[in-house]
Amino acid sequence: MQIFRYLLVFVLMSGPAANAAIDAYVFPSKDLRVRYYDLIEQLRCPQCLNTNLAGSDAMIAQDLRREVHRMILEGQTDAEILQFMHHRYGDFVLYKPRFNSSTWVLWLAPGMVFCVALAGCIVMVRRRQGQRSVSLSDPDRQRLDQLLKDKA
Amino acid sequence: MIVDKRFLVPLLGFMLLVAVLALGFKLRDPHLLPSQMLNRSLPAFSLPRLGDPSKTWSEKDLYGKVSLLNVWATWCPSCVQEHPQLMRISREEDISVFGINYNDDTAKALAWLQRYGNPFQLNIADHDGQLAIDLGVYGAPETFLVDAKGVIRYRHVGVVDEHVWADIFAPMIAELNRQAGGS
Repeated sequence: MQIFRYLLVFVLMSGPAANAAIDAYVFPSKDLRVRYYDLIEQLRCPQCLNTNLAGSDAMIAQDLRREVHRMILEGQTDAEILQFMHHRYGDFVLYKPRFNSSTWVLWLAPGMVFCVALAGCIVMVRRRQGQRSVSLSDPDRQRLDQLLKDKA
Repeated sequence: MIVDKRFLVPLLGFMLLVAVLALGFKLRDPHLLPSQMLNRSLPAFSLPRLGDPSKTWSEKDLYGKVSLLNVWATWCPSCVQEHPQLMRISREEDISVFGINYNDDTAKALAWLQRYGNPFQLNIADHDGQLAIDLGVYGAPETFLVDAKGVIRYRHVGVVDEHVWADIFAPMIAELNRQAGGS
């Protein structure tokens, strides 16, 4: 059992370390730093399949972090920086993809699946209610009423 | 064991989903990003010449003829693999071959060309990856097919081997030359 404790400690410690990009970029204000970290969190490293710029040590991720830093210092807005990345690397680079002809399925599918499931539920519930009302014939109903009366 | 058939519906649905997703991975390598640069002009740049930093190259130096623009580096093992094909293309094909030396070290790059041969008519020293980012490059090797007016017509990620050359590049280049000759 001891080994599991060590493993647990190891796992808990390795998480934050693996997520830390070790660039020493300097920002004149806290706001700009917050924007920087926010942007590199939501931009995906083009080289990696599922890592953001903040979490990757790939060469291209380092270069793109430098670009984000440069553009923030130049006073560009978040929208301009995201546009810069999208212009070069396409939808892939945005973890929150834009709504367009190739991504509408992605955006609308959950809602559509929910509607289908809801419709299915409604149909099922209706059908069961229908079954209940027809399943009792008149003599049966009279017997049921009698039974309930006797019980009381 | 008697199983209500209705319980199979979610299972079948799940298997269908798995099949669709597996097919998606099979049909398209998720590592390959579609290029955003297709049919756009080369981005403007002014970067030092490899080995001669007092002079610069710009995008206009690449105009005039259909060309290959190859992103290479000494740290890239596939570039060594690709190199003989680039040497052959520069020797035998009627096309310019330009190099972007990407995030590299000048001394190492020059030694590399010395050792393996130099297929490039000109070499752009992009040692901060600035031009590479403007081209949407995310690794090496990558090869762009650029027409005579400087418009990017194709981007290939990975090694240009003889099959890639014969199946993709050669027909496109023939078509570009035919269009240029016709107009």
